Amino acid sequence: MNTAFLYALVGVGLFSLGLYALIVHAHLLRKILAINVMGSGVFLVLVALARRSRDAPPDAVPQAMVITGIVVAVSATALALTLMLKLSGETGRAELPDDRRN
Amino acid sequence: MGAEFTFTDIPWGINLILVPLAGGMVCFLWPRMAKALGLSSAFVVVLSVAGLGWRMQGYGVYRHAMGGWGAPLGIELYADGLSLLMLAATALVGLGVSVYSAGYFEPKQSARFWPLWLVLMAALNALFLSADIFNLYVTLELMGLAAVALVALASGRDALSGAMRYLLATLLGSLAYLLGVALLYHGFGSLDIALLAERVAPNPALWAAMGLMTAGLALKTALFPLPFWLPPAHASAPAPVSALLSALVVKASFYILLRLWLEIFGSLGAGVDALLGLLGAAAVIWGSLHALLQTRLKLLVAYSTIAQIGYLFIAFPLAAASGVSAWAAAAYLALSHALAKAAMFLAAGNLLHFGGHDRIADLDRTVQRLPLTMGAFALAGVSSMGLPPSGGFIAKWLLLQAALAQGRWDLAAVMILGGLLAVGYIFKVLGYAFTQATVLRESRAVPAGMEWAALLLATGAILLGFLAVPVLALLGIGDPFGTGEIGP
Repeated sequence: MNTAFLYALVGVGLFSLGLYALIVHAHLLRKILAINVMGSGVFLVLVALARRSRDAPPDAVPQAMVITGIVVAVSATALALTLMLKLSGETGRAELPDDRRN
Repeated sequence: MGAEFTFTDIPWGINLILVPLAGGMVCFLWPRMAKALGLSSAFVVVLSVAGLGWRMQGYGVYRHAMGGWGAPLGIELYADGLSLLMLAATALVGLGVSVYSAGYFEPKQSARFWPLWLVLMAALNALFLSADIFNLYVTLELMGLAAVALVALASGRDALSGAMRYLLATLLGSLAYLLGVALLYHGFGSLDIALLAERVAPNPALWAAMGLMTAGLALKTALFPLPFWLPPAHASAPAPVSALLSALVVKASFYILLRLWLEIFGSLGAGVDALLGLLGAAAVIWGSLHALLQTRLKLLVAYSTIAQIGYLFIAFPLAAASGVSAWAAAAYLALSHALAKAAMFLAAGNLLHFGGHDRIADLDRTVQRLPLTMGAFALAGVSSMGLPPSGGFIAKWLLLQAALAQGRWDLAAVMILGGLLAVGYIFKVLGYAFTQATVLRESRAVPAGMEWAALLLATGAILLGFLAVPVLALLGIGDPFGTGEIGP
Protein backbone atom coordinates (compact mmCIF):
# COMPACT_ATOMS: atom_id res chain seq x y z
CA MET A 1 0.00 0.00 0.00
CA ASN A 2 2.74 2.40 0.94
CA THR A 3 4.84 1.67 -2.14
CA ALA A 4 1.77 2.14 -4.32
CA PHE A 5 1.17 5.49 -2.74
CA LEU A 6 4.80 6.43 -3.31
CA TYR A 7 4.45 5.56 -7.01
CA ALA A 8 1.33 7.71 -7.19
CA LEU A 9 3.23 10.61 -5.65
CA VAL A 10 6.00 10.15 -8.22
CA GLY A 11 3.29 10.27 -10.89
CA VAL A 12 2.00 13.58 -9.55
CA GLY A 13 5.60 14.82 -9.46
CA LEU A 14 6.11 13.89 -13.13
CA PHE A 15 2.87 15.67 -14.01
CA SER A 16 4.04 18.84 -12.28
CA LEU A 17 7.52 18.67 -13.82
CA GLY A 18 5.99 18.25 -17.27
CA LEU A 19 3.68 21.19 -16.68
CA TYR A 20 6.64 23.34 -15.65
CA ALA A 21 8.62 22.35 -18.75
CA LEU A 22 5.60 22.94 -21.00
CA ILE A 23 5.31 26.51 -19.77
CA VAL A 24 9.01 27.37 -19.59
CA HIS A 25 10.46 25.98 -22.83
CA ALA A 26 9.88 27.67 -26.15
CA HIS A 27 11.09 24.90 -28.47
CA LEU A 28 8.13 22.87 -29.67
CA LEU A 29 9.88 19.51 -29.40
CA ARG A 30 10.48 20.20 -25.71
CA LYS A 31 6.86 21.21 -25.29
CA ILE A 32 5.71 17.97 -26.95
CA LEU A 33 8.05 15.94 -24.73
CA ALA A 34 6.72 17.80 -21.71
CA ILE A 35 3.17 16.82 -22.63
CA ASN A 36 4.31 13.22 -22.91
CA VAL A 37 5.98 13.34 -19.49
CA MET A 38 2.75 14.73 -18.03
CA GLY A 39 0.84 11.88 -19.66
CA SER A 40 3.23 9.29 -18.21
CA GLY A 41 2.71 10.85 -14.80
CA VAL A 42 -1.05 10.41 -15.10
CA PHE A 43 -0.62 6.80 -16.26
CA LEU A 44 1.67 6.08 -13.31
CA VAL A 45 -0.95 7.46 -10.92
CA LEU A 46 -3.61 5.28 -12.54
CA VAL A 47 -1.56 2.08 -12.38
CA ALA A 48 -0.24 2.72 -8.87
CA LEU A 49 -3.65 3.42 -7.39
CA ALA A 50 -5.07 0.28 -9.03
CA ARG A 51 -3.54 -1.79 -6.24
CA ARG A 52 -5.93 -1.13 -3.40
CA SER A 53 -4.50 -3.58 -0.88
CA ARG A 54 -1.47 -5.82 -0.57
CA ASP A 55 -3.38 -9.10 -0.82
CA ALA A 56 -6.03 -8.42 -3.42
CA PRO A 57 -5.11 -8.55 -7.11
CA PRO A 58 -4.86 -5.09 -8.71
CA ASP A 59 -7.98 -3.58 -10.26
CA ALA A 60 -8.05 -4.14 -14.02
CA VAL A 61 -10.08 -1.08 -15.00
CA PRO A 62 -7.28 1.51 -14.56
CA GLN A 63 -4.94 -0.72 -16.58
CA ALA A 64 -7.46 -0.69 -19.41
CA MET A 65 -7.71 3.08 -19.07
CA VAL A 66 -3.93 3.39 -19.36
CA ILE A 67 -3.86 1.32 -22.55
CA THR A 68 -6.52 3.56 -24.08
CA GLY A 69 -4.64 6.58 -22.79
CA ILE A 70 -1.42 5.42 -24.46
CA VAL A 71 -3.21 5.03 -27.80
CA VAL A 72 -4.53 8.58 -27.46
CA ALA A 73 -1.08 9.88 -26.45
CA VAL A 74 0.61 8.23 -29.45
CA SER A 75 -1.85 9.74 -31.92
CA ALA A 76 -1.67 13.15 -30.27
CA THR A 77 2.13 13.06 -30.37
CA ALA A 78 2.11 12.05 -34.03
CA LEU A 79 -0.19 14.96 -34.88
CA ALA A 80 1.90 17.37 -32.80
CA LEU A 81 5.16 16.27 -34.46
CA THR A 82 3.65 16.63 -37.94
CA LEU A 83 2.41 20.10 -37.12
CA MET A 84 5.79 21.03 -35.70
CA LEU A 85 7.56 19.88 -38.88
CA LYS A 86 5.13 21.81 -41.08
CA LEU A 87 5.50 24.90 -38.94
CA SER A 88 9.29 24.78 -38.95
CA GLY A 89 9.20 24.21 -42.72
CA GLU A 90 7.08 27.35 -43.04
CA THR A 91 8.88 29.64 -40.58
CA GLY A 92 12.32 28.04 -40.30
CA ARG A 93 11.97 27.77 -36.52
CA ALA A 94 10.33 25.10 -34.39
CA GLU A 95 8.81 27.67 -32.06
CA LEU A 96 5.50 29.44 -31.83
CA PRO A 97 5.98 32.80 -33.59
CA ASP A 98 5.05 35.25 -30.86
CA ASP A 99 5.17 33.56 -27.52
CA ARG A 100 4.09 36.78 -25.89
CA ARG A 101 0.34 36.79 -25.51
CA ASN A 102 -1.36 39.39 -27.63
CA MET B 1 -36.62 -8.23 -34.08
CA GLY B 2 -38.06 -9.62 -37.33
CA ALA B 3 -41.74 -9.05 -37.68
CA GLU B 4 -41.97 -7.02 -34.50
CA PHE B 5 -39.35 -4.51 -35.55
CA THR B 6 -40.96 -1.06 -35.38
CA PHE B 7 -40.01 2.55 -35.83
CA THR B 8 -39.12 2.88 -32.14
CA ASP B 9 -36.64 0.01 -32.35
CA ILE B 10 -34.35 1.86 -34.72
CA PRO B 11 -31.22 2.51 -32.65
CA TRP B 12 -31.16 6.28 -33.15
CA GLY B 13 -28.41 6.87 -30.62
CA ILE B 14 -26.12 4.32 -32.28
CA ASN B 15 -26.77 5.86 -35.70
CA LEU B 16 -25.59 9.21 -34.40
CA ILE B 17 -22.13 7.78 -33.75
CA LEU B 18 -21.81 5.05 -36.36
CA VAL B 19 -23.07 6.91 -39.44
CA PRO B 20 -20.58 9.80 -39.32
CA LEU B 21 -17.75 7.52 -38.17
CA ALA B 22 -18.27 5.05 -41.01
CA GLY B 23 -18.91 7.94 -43.40
CA GLY B 24 -15.63 9.55 -42.39
CA MET B 25 -13.67 6.38 -43.05
CA VAL B 26 -15.27 5.80 -46.43
CA CYS B 27 -14.59 9.45 -47.35
CA PHE B 28 -10.96 8.90 -46.46
CA LEU B 29 -10.73 5.82 -48.67
CA TRP B 30 -12.72 7.22 -51.62
CA PRO B 31 -12.06 10.95 -51.72
CA ARG B 32 -14.09 11.30 -54.89
CA MET B 33 -17.28 10.41 -53.02
CA ALA B 34 -16.41 12.61 -50.05
CA LYS B 35 -18.79 15.49 -50.75
CA ALA B 36 -21.86 13.36 -51.47
CA LEU B 37 -21.18 11.05 -48.55
CA GLY B 38 -20.52 13.90 -46.16
CA LEU B 39 -23.73 15.69 -47.08
CA SER B 40 -25.82 12.55 -46.78
CA SER B 41 -24.21 11.65 -43.43
CA ALA B 42 -25.04 15.10 -42.08
CA PHE B 43 -28.61 14.64 -43.29
CA VAL B 44 -28.94 11.19 -41.69
CA VAL B 45 -27.65 12.64 -38.41
CA VAL B 46 -30.38 15.30 -38.46
CA LEU B 47 -32.99 12.60 -39.06
CA SER B 48 -31.54 10.47 -36.26
CA VAL B 49 -31.66 13.32 -33.77
CA ALA B 50 -35.29 13.94 -34.77
CA GLY B 51 -35.98 10.22 -34.30
CA LEU B 52 -34.24 10.19 -30.93
CA GLY B 53 -36.20 13.25 -29.80
CA TRP B 54 -39.47 11.70 -30.95
CA ARG B 55 -38.68 8.50 -29.07
CA MET B 56 -37.62 10.36 -25.93
CA GLN B 57 -40.83 12.39 -25.92
CA GLY B 58 -42.77 9.15 -25.74
CA TYR B 59 -40.53 6.99 -23.56
CA GLY B 60 -38.35 9.36 -21.55
CA VAL B 61 -34.56 9.12 -21.34
CA TYR B 62 -32.62 7.00 -23.80
CA ARG B 63 -30.27 4.28 -22.60
CA HIS B 64 -28.25 1.79 -24.57
CA ALA B 65 -25.82 -0.74 -23.16
CA MET B 66 -23.13 -1.22 -25.81
CA GLY B 67 -22.79 -4.89 -26.74
CA GLY B 68 -25.24 -5.83 -24.00
CA TRP B 69 -22.83 -4.89 -21.20
CA GLY B 70 -24.40 -2.64 -18.58
CA ALA B 71 -23.12 0.34 -16.64
CA PRO B 72 -20.57 -0.76 -14.05
CA LEU B 73 -18.66 -2.97 -16.50
CA GLY B 74 -19.48 -1.91 -20.05
CA ILE B 75 -20.00 1.38 -21.83
CA GLU B 76 -23.49 2.78 -21.60
CA LEU B 77 -24.97 5.45 -23.81
CA TYR B 78 -27.37 7.81 -22.12
CA ALA B 79 -29.37 10.78 -23.33
CA ASP B 80 -31.64 13.15 -21.42
CA GLY B 81 -33.03 16.54 -22.36
CA LEU B 82 -29.68 18.28 -22.05
CA SER B 83 -27.91 15.72 -24.26
CA LEU B 84 -30.74 15.96 -26.77
CA LEU B 85 -30.43 19.73 -26.97
CA MET B 86 -26.67 19.52 -27.59
CA LEU B 87 -27.16 16.74 -30.17
CA ALA B 88 -29.73 18.91 -31.93
CA ALA B 89 -27.32 21.84 -31.99
CA THR B 90 -24.62 19.59 -33.46
CA ALA B 91 -26.96 18.20 -36.10
CA LEU B 92 -28.37 21.57 -37.20
CA VAL B 93 -25.06 23.41 -37.25
CA GLY B 94 -23.52 20.33 -38.85
CA LEU B 95 -26.02 20.31 -41.70
CA GLY B 96 -25.61 24.04 -42.30
CA VAL B 97 -21.84 23.81 -42.31
CA SER B 98 -21.91 20.75 -44.57
CA VAL B 99 -24.05 22.54 -47.16
CA TYR B 100 -21.71 25.52 -46.93
CA SER B 101 -18.57 23.40 -47.23
CA ALA B 102 -19.86 21.70 -50.36
CA GLY B 103 -19.37 25.04 -52.12
CA TYR B 104 -16.44 26.37 -50.11
CA PHE B 105 -13.58 23.90 -50.51
CA GLU B 106 -11.53 23.22 -53.60
CA PRO B 107 -11.34 19.53 -54.58
CA LYS B 108 -7.95 18.91 -52.96
CA GLN B 109 -8.90 20.46 -49.63
CA SER B 110 -12.34 18.93 -49.81
CA ALA B 111 -10.82 15.43 -49.77
CA ARG B 112 -9.12 16.27 -46.48
CA PHE B 113 -11.96 18.24 -44.92
CA TRP B 114 -14.77 15.68 -45.09
CA PRO B 115 -13.12 12.73 -43.28
CA LEU B 116 -11.97 15.01 -40.45
CA TRP B 117 -15.30 16.76 -40.14
CA LEU B 118 -17.26 13.50 -40.06
CA VAL B 119 -14.95 12.08 -37.38
CA LEU B 120 -15.40 15.32 -35.44
CA MET B 121 -19.18 14.93 -35.73
CA ALA B 122 -18.99 11.31 -34.52
CA ALA B 123 -16.83 12.40 -31.56
CA LEU B 124 -19.24 15.20 -30.64
CA ASN B 125 -22.27 12.93 -30.80
CA ALA B 126 -20.48 10.22 -28.78
CA LEU B 127 -19.49 12.84 -26.22
CA PHE B 128 -23.05 14.06 -25.75
CA LEU B 129 -24.26 10.45 -25.39
CA SER B 130 -21.57 9.35 -22.91
CA ALA B 131 -22.48 8.60 -19.33
CA ASP B 132 -19.08 7.78 -17.85
CA ILE B 133 -16.16 10.08 -17.19
CA PHE B 134 -13.51 8.02 -18.98
CA ASN B 135 -15.58 7.67 -22.14
CA LEU B 136 -15.96 11.44 -21.99
CA TYR B 137 -12.15 11.72 -21.91
CA VAL B 138 -11.74 9.54 -25.00
CA THR B 139 -14.38 11.43 -26.98
CA LEU B 140 -12.92 14.74 -25.79
CA GLU B 141 -9.50 13.77 -27.16
CA LEU B 142 -10.95 12.44 -30.42
CA MET B 143 -12.78 15.72 -30.85
CA GLY B 144 -9.73 17.79 -29.96
CA LEU B 145 -7.40 16.03 -32.38
CA ALA B 146 -9.91 16.25 -35.24
CA ALA B 147 -10.47 19.93 -34.49
CA VAL B 148 -6.75 20.72 -34.50
CA ALA B 149 -6.26 18.92 -37.80
CA LEU B 150 -9.17 20.91 -39.25
CA VAL B 151 -7.57 24.21 -38.22
CA ALA B 152 -4.33 23.16 -39.92
CA LEU B 153 -6.25 22.60 -43.18
CA ALA B 154 -5.90 26.29 -43.98
CA SER B 155 -2.07 25.83 -44.12
CA GLY B 156 0.11 28.89 -44.04
CA ARG B 157 1.97 30.30 -41.09
CA ASP B 158 -0.94 31.72 -39.09
CA ALA B 159 -3.09 28.63 -39.31
CA LEU B 160 -0.23 26.27 -38.45
CA SER B 161 0.89 28.21 -35.39
CA GLY B 162 -2.75 28.68 -34.36
CA ALA B 163 -3.29 24.92 -34.68
CA MET B 164 -0.13 24.13 -32.72
CA ARG B 165 -1.07 26.48 -29.89
CA TYR B 166 -4.56 25.01 -29.87
CA LEU B 167 -3.17 21.44 -29.77
CA LEU B 168 -0.93 22.16 -26.79
CA ALA B 169 -3.76 23.87 -24.91
CA THR B 170 -6.24 21.11 -25.63
CA LEU B 171 -3.79 18.33 -24.64
CA LEU B 172 -2.95 20.12 -21.39
CA GLY B 173 -6.65 20.47 -20.60
CA SER B 174 -7.34 16.80 -21.32
CA LEU B 175 -4.44 15.60 -19.17
CA ALA B 176 -5.63 17.65 -16.21
CA TYR B 177 -9.07 16.15 -16.76
CA LEU B 178 -7.63 12.62 -16.96
CA LEU B 179 -5.74 13.05 -13.67
CA GLY B 180 -9.07 14.09 -12.16
CA VAL B 181 -10.64 10.91 -13.57
CA ALA B 182 -7.88 8.83 -11.93
CA LEU B 183 -8.50 10.47 -8.56
CA LEU B 184 -12.28 10.09 -8.79
CA TYR B 185 -11.99 6.43 -9.73
CA HIS B 186 -9.58 5.76 -6.91
CA GLY B 187 -11.69 7.63 -4.39
CA PHE B 188 -15.11 6.26 -5.28
CA GLY B 189 -14.56 3.13 -7.36
CA SER B 190 -16.65 4.02 -10.39
CA LEU B 191 -16.51 5.85 -13.69
CA ASP B 192 -20.25 6.03 -14.24
CA ILE B 193 -21.53 9.55 -13.55
CA ALA B 194 -24.76 8.36 -11.92
CA LEU B 195 -22.95 5.90 -9.63
CA LEU B 196 -20.36 8.54 -8.74
CA ALA B 197 -23.15 10.96 -7.87
CA GLU B 198 -24.45 8.46 -5.30
CA ARG B 199 -21.05 7.77 -3.79
CA VAL B 200 -19.23 11.09 -3.60
CA ALA B 201 -18.33 12.43 -0.19
CA PRO B 202 -16.23 15.49 0.51
CA ASN B 203 -12.59 14.47 0.88
CA PRO B 204 -9.24 15.72 -0.43
CA ALA B 205 -9.34 13.44 -3.49
CA LEU B 206 -12.67 14.93 -4.53
CA TRP B 207 -11.42 18.49 -4.02
CA ALA B 208 -8.29 17.79 -6.07
CA ALA B 209 -10.33 16.12 -8.81
CA MET B 210 -12.73 19.04 -8.90
CA GLY B 211 -9.88 21.53 -9.21
CA LEU B 212 -8.09 19.61 -11.95
CA MET B 213 -11.16 18.79 -14.02
CA THR B 214 -12.65 22.27 -13.71
CA ALA B 215 -9.36 23.95 -14.65
CA GLY B 216 -8.74 21.57 -17.56
CA LEU B 217 -12.21 21.98 -18.99
CA ALA B 218 -12.20 25.74 -18.44
CA LEU B 219 -8.98 25.89 -20.48
CA LYS B 220 -10.61 23.89 -23.28
CA THR B 221 -13.72 26.07 -23.14
CA ALA B 222 -11.49 29.18 -23.37
CA LEU B 223 -12.78 30.72 -20.16
CA PHE B 224 -11.09 34.00 -19.19
CA PRO B 225 -8.13 34.24 -18.38
CA LEU B 226 -7.24 31.20 -20.50
CA PRO B 227 -8.58 32.08 -23.96
CA PHE B 228 -5.16 32.87 -25.46
CA TRP B 229 -5.38 29.95 -27.87
CA LEU B 230 -8.88 30.67 -29.20
CA PRO B 231 -8.61 33.83 -31.34
CA PRO B 232 -5.61 32.68 -33.45
CA ALA B 233 -7.06 29.20 -33.99
CA HIS B 234 -10.62 30.30 -34.72
CA ALA B 235 -9.67 33.27 -36.87
CA SER B 236 -7.06 31.55 -39.04
CA ALA B 237 -9.03 28.35 -39.76
CA PRO B 238 -11.14 27.98 -42.93
CA ALA B 239 -14.59 29.58 -42.42
CA PRO B 240 -16.62 26.36 -42.00
CA VAL B 241 -14.04 25.09 -39.49
CA SER B 242 -14.19 28.34 -37.49
CA ALA B 243 -17.96 27.93 -37.39
CA LEU B 244 -17.67 24.36 -36.09
CA LEU B 245 -15.09 25.26 -33.47
CA SER B 246 -16.92 28.28 -32.08
CA ALA B 247 -20.38 26.79 -32.31
CA LEU B 248 -19.79 23.22 -31.17
CA VAL B 249 -16.30 22.30 -29.99
CA VAL B 250 -16.04 24.82 -27.13
CA LYS B 251 -19.59 23.86 -26.11
CA ALA B 252 -18.60 20.21 -25.76
CA SER B 253 -16.09 20.85 -22.97
CA PHE B 254 -18.58 23.22 -21.37
CA TYR B 255 -21.17 20.44 -21.53
CA ILE B 256 -18.86 18.05 -19.64
CA LEU B 257 -18.19 20.68 -17.00
CA LEU B 258 -21.92 21.30 -16.66
CA ARG B 259 -22.62 17.58 -16.32
CA LEU B 260 -19.93 17.07 -13.70
CA TRP B 261 -21.16 20.09 -11.82
CA LEU B 262 -24.80 19.00 -11.91
CA GLU B 263 -24.15 15.45 -10.79
CA ILE B 264 -20.93 15.31 -8.82
CA PHE B 265 -19.43 18.61 -7.72
CA GLY B 266 -22.55 20.75 -7.41
CA SER B 267 -23.33 19.95 -3.80
CA LEU B 268 -19.81 20.76 -2.57
CA GLY B 269 -18.67 23.48 -4.93
CA ALA B 270 -19.25 26.44 -2.62
CA GLY B 271 -16.80 29.19 -3.47
CA VAL B 272 -15.65 27.63 -6.74
CA ASP B 273 -18.93 28.47 -8.46
CA ALA B 274 -18.55 32.07 -7.29
CA LEU B 275 -15.06 32.11 -8.83
CA LEU B 276 -16.37 30.67 -12.11
CA GLY B 277 -19.07 33.34 -12.16
CA LEU B 278 -16.48 36.05 -11.58
CA LEU B 279 -14.28 34.73 -14.41
CA GLY B 280 -17.36 34.52 -16.63
CA ALA B 281 -18.22 38.15 -15.89
CA ALA B 282 -14.63 39.17 -16.62
CA ALA B 283 -14.78 37.21 -19.89
CA VAL B 284 -17.96 39.05 -20.96
CA ILE B 285 -16.30 42.44 -20.52
CA TRP B 286 -12.82 41.48 -21.76
CA GLY B 287 -14.09 39.59 -24.82
CA SER B 288 -16.58 42.29 -25.80
CA LEU B 289 -14.01 45.09 -25.45
CA HIS B 290 -11.50 43.16 -27.56
CA ALA B 291 -14.17 42.42 -30.15
CA LEU B 292 -14.90 46.14 -30.34
CA LEU B 293 -11.22 46.91 -30.97
CA GLN B 294 -10.64 44.42 -33.80
CA THR B 295 -10.13 45.61 -37.35
CA ARG B 296 -10.57 42.18 -38.93
CA LEU B 297 -13.98 40.55 -39.06
CA LYS B 298 -13.01 36.97 -38.18
CA LEU B 299 -11.06 38.10 -35.13
CA LEU B 300 -14.03 40.22 -34.05
CA VAL B 301 -16.30 37.18 -34.25
CA ALA B 302 -13.74 35.04 -32.37
CA TYR B 303 -13.50 37.53 -29.50
CA SER B 304 -17.26 37.73 -29.38
CA THR B 305 -17.23 33.94 -28.77
CA ILE B 306 -15.11 34.51 -25.65
CA ALA B 307 -17.68 37.01 -24.38
CA GLN B 308 -20.58 34.63 -25.05
CA ILE B 309 -18.75 31.82 -23.23
CA GLY B 310 -18.57 34.19 -20.25
CA TYR B 311 -22.37 34.27 -20.08
CA LEU B 312 -22.42 30.48 -19.83
CA PHE B 313 -20.23 30.63 -16.73
CA ILE B 314 -22.30 33.37 -15.11
CA ALA B 315 -24.94 30.67 -14.70
CA PHE B 316 -22.82 28.74 -12.17
CA PRO B 317 -23.18 31.01 -9.11
CA LEU B 318 -26.80 31.78 -10.03
CA ALA B 319 -27.72 28.11 -10.31
CA ALA B 320 -26.30 27.36 -6.87
CA ALA B 321 -29.20 29.34 -5.43
CA SER B 322 -31.96 29.28 -8.01
CA GLY B 323 -31.20 25.95 -9.72
CA VAL B 324 -33.25 25.04 -12.73
CA SER B 325 -33.85 28.38 -14.42
CA ALA B 326 -30.18 29.44 -14.54
CA TRP B 327 -29.06 26.06 -15.93
CA ALA B 328 -31.87 26.09 -18.47
CA ALA B 329 -30.74 29.57 -19.48
CA ALA B 330 -27.16 28.35 -19.97
CA ALA B 331 -28.30 25.39 -22.08
CA TYR B 332 -30.57 27.65 -24.13
CA LEU B 333 -27.74 30.09 -24.64
CA ALA B 334 -25.42 27.27 -25.73
CA LEU B 335 -27.94 26.26 -28.40
CA SER B 336 -28.76 29.74 -29.69
CA HIS B 337 -25.13 30.84 -29.62
CA ALA B 338 -24.19 27.71 -31.59
CA LEU B 339 -26.59 28.66 -34.39
CA ALA B 340 -25.83 32.40 -34.33
CA LYS B 341 -22.06 32.06 -34.14
CA ALA B 342 -21.95 29.46 -36.90
CA ALA B 343 -23.99 31.83 -39.07
CA MET B 344 -21.65 34.72 -38.24
CA PHE B 345 -18.50 32.82 -39.14
CA LEU B 346 -20.06 31.53 -42.36
CA ALA B 347 -21.13 35.07 -43.26
CA ALA B 348 -17.60 36.28 -42.49
CA GLY B 349 -16.31 33.49 -44.73
CA ASN B 350 -18.58 34.70 -47.54
CA LEU B 351 -17.28 38.25 -47.18
CA LEU B 352 -13.71 36.97 -47.21
CA HIS B 353 -14.43 34.92 -50.33
CA PHE B 354 -16.20 37.86 -51.95
CA GLY B 355 -13.68 40.61 -51.34
CA GLY B 356 -10.54 38.56 -50.74
CA HIS B 357 -10.04 40.16 -47.30
CA ASP B 358 -11.90 40.57 -44.02
CA ARG B 359 -10.92 44.12 -43.05
CA ILE B 360 -14.00 45.61 -41.47
CA ALA B 361 -13.29 49.14 -42.70
CA ASP B 362 -13.23 47.97 -46.36
CA LEU B 363 -16.53 46.08 -46.40
CA ASP B 364 -17.69 48.45 -49.12
CA ARG B 365 -21.49 48.38 -49.55
CA THR B 366 -21.74 44.63 -49.08
CA VAL B 367 -25.32 45.14 -47.90
CA GLN B 368 -26.32 45.79 -51.51
CA ARG B 369 -23.86 43.42 -53.09
CA LEU B 370 -24.34 40.42 -50.76
CA PRO B 371 -27.77 41.02 -49.18
CA LEU B 372 -28.31 37.44 -48.02
CA THR B 373 -24.94 37.25 -46.28
CA MET B 374 -25.29 40.60 -44.56
CA GLY B 375 -28.85 39.62 -43.61
CA ALA B 376 -27.46 36.48 -42.00
CA PHE B 377 -24.84 38.51 -40.15
CA ALA B 378 -27.43 40.99 -38.91
CA LEU B 379 -29.87 38.29 -37.73
CA ALA B 380 -27.09 36.40 -35.96
CA GLY B 381 -26.04 39.73 -34.46
CA VAL B 382 -29.57 40.29 -33.10
CA SER B 383 -29.30 36.98 -31.23
CA SER B 384 -25.79 37.77 -29.96
CA MET B 385 -26.89 41.16 -28.67
CA GLY B 386 -29.82 39.49 -26.92
CA LEU B 387 -32.51 41.55 -28.63
CA PRO B 388 -36.01 40.11 -28.97
CA PRO B 389 -37.21 38.06 -30.74
CA SER B 390 -34.28 35.63 -30.72
CA GLY B 391 -32.88 32.63 -28.89
CA GLY B 392 -30.20 34.84 -27.36
CA PHE B 393 -32.91 37.10 -25.93
CA ILE B 394 -34.76 34.22 -24.23
CA ALA B 395 -31.55 32.82 -22.75
CA LYS B 396 -30.26 36.15 -21.48
CA TRP B 397 -33.69 37.09 -20.17
CA LEU B 398 -33.84 33.87 -18.12
CA LEU B 399 -30.32 34.50 -16.84
CA LEU B 400 -31.08 38.13 -15.99
CA GLN B 401 -34.26 37.08 -14.20
CA ALA B 402 -32.30 34.61 -12.07
CA ALA B 403 -29.73 37.28 -11.25
CA LEU B 404 -32.33 39.87 -10.27
CA ALA B 405 -34.33 37.37 -8.22
CA GLN B 406 -31.24 36.77 -6.10
CA GLY B 407 -30.29 40.41 -5.88
CA ARG B 408 -27.07 39.84 -7.85
CA TRP B 409 -27.07 43.35 -9.30
CA ASP B 410 -23.37 43.08 -10.15
CA LEU B 411 -23.92 40.12 -12.50
CA ALA B 412 -27.03 41.73 -13.98
CA ALA B 413 -25.06 44.90 -14.67
CA VAL B 414 -22.30 42.90 -16.40
CA MET B 415 -24.87 41.14 -18.60
CA ILE B 416 -26.47 44.43 -19.63
CA LEU B 417 -23.07 46.03 -20.28
CA GLY B 418 -22.05 43.00 -22.34
CA GLY B 419 -25.22 43.41 -24.40
CA LEU B 420 -24.47 47.08 -25.02
CA LEU B 421 -20.89 46.30 -26.08
CA ALA B 422 -22.25 43.62 -28.43
CA VAL B 423 -24.51 46.26 -29.99
CA GLY B 424 -21.36 48.32 -30.46
CA TYR B 425 -19.33 45.72 -32.31
CA ILE B 426 -22.18 44.36 -34.41
CA PHE B 427 -23.17 47.86 -35.59
CA LYS B 428 -19.54 48.68 -36.29
CA VAL B 429 -19.58 45.90 -38.89
CA LEU B 430 -23.02 46.79 -40.24
CA GLY B 431 -22.10 50.46 -40.47
CA TYR B 432 -19.11 49.75 -42.71
CA ALA B 433 -21.21 47.36 -44.77
CA PHE B 434 -23.42 50.29 -45.80
CA THR B 435 -20.67 52.75 -46.68
CA GLN B 436 -18.46 52.88 -49.71
CA ALA B 437 -14.76 52.08 -49.30
CA THR B 438 -12.18 54.56 -50.56
CA VAL B 439 -10.38 52.02 -52.75
CA LEU B 440 -12.45 49.83 -55.05
CA ARG B 441 -11.43 46.20 -55.40
CA GLU B 442 -12.33 43.25 -57.56
CA SER B 443 -14.77 40.78 -56.11
CA ARG B 444 -15.61 37.13 -56.64
CA ALA B 445 -19.13 35.71 -56.80
CA VAL B 446 -20.26 33.68 -53.78
CA PRO B 447 -22.08 30.38 -54.47
CA ALA B 448 -25.76 30.52 -53.50
CA GLY B 449 -25.47 27.50 -51.17
CA MET B 450 -22.91 29.32 -49.05
CA GLU B 451 -25.14 32.38 -48.67
CA TRP B 452 -28.25 30.35 -47.87
CA ALA B 453 -26.48 28.13 -45.32
CA ALA B 454 -25.47 31.20 -43.32
CA LEU B 455 -28.91 32.76 -43.63
CA LEU B 456 -30.78 29.62 -42.58
CA LEU B 457 -28.60 29.11 -39.49
CA ALA B 458 -29.14 32.74 -38.49
CA THR B 459 -32.88 32.33 -39.03
CA GLY B 460 -32.75 29.30 -36.76
CA ALA B 461 -31.21 31.42 -34.00
CA ILE B 462 -34.07 33.93 -34.41
CA LEU B 463 -36.75 31.21 -34.54
CA LEU B 464 -35.51 29.88 -31.19
CA GLY B 465 -36.97 33.08 -29.75
CA PHE B 466 -40.45 31.79 -30.58
CA LEU B 467 -39.88 28.18 -29.53
CA ALA B 468 -38.99 28.69 -25.87
CA VAL B 469 -41.84 26.59 -24.48
CA PRO B 470 -41.36 23.42 -26.57
CA VAL B 471 -37.55 23.59 -26.36
CA LEU B 472 -37.58 24.01 -22.59
CA ALA B 473 -40.03 21.09 -22.37
CA LEU B 474 -37.63 18.91 -24.36
CA LEU B 475 -34.78 20.08 -22.14
CA GLY B 476 -36.72 18.85 -19.11
CA ILE B 477 -36.79 15.20 -20.26
CA GLY B 478 -35.09 13.07 -17.61
CA ASP B 479 -34.83 16.09 -15.30
CA PRO B 480 -31.15 16.87 -16.00
CA PHE B 481 -31.17 19.85 -13.63
CA GLY B 482 -32.91 18.01 -10.78
CA THR B 483 -31.52 17.51 -7.33
CA GLY B 484 -28.38 15.71 -8.40
CA GLU B 485 -30.32 12.63 -9.49
CA ILE B 486 -30.46 11.32 -13.03
CA GLY B 487 -34.09 10.71 -13.95
CA PRO B 488 -35.83 7.33 -14.26
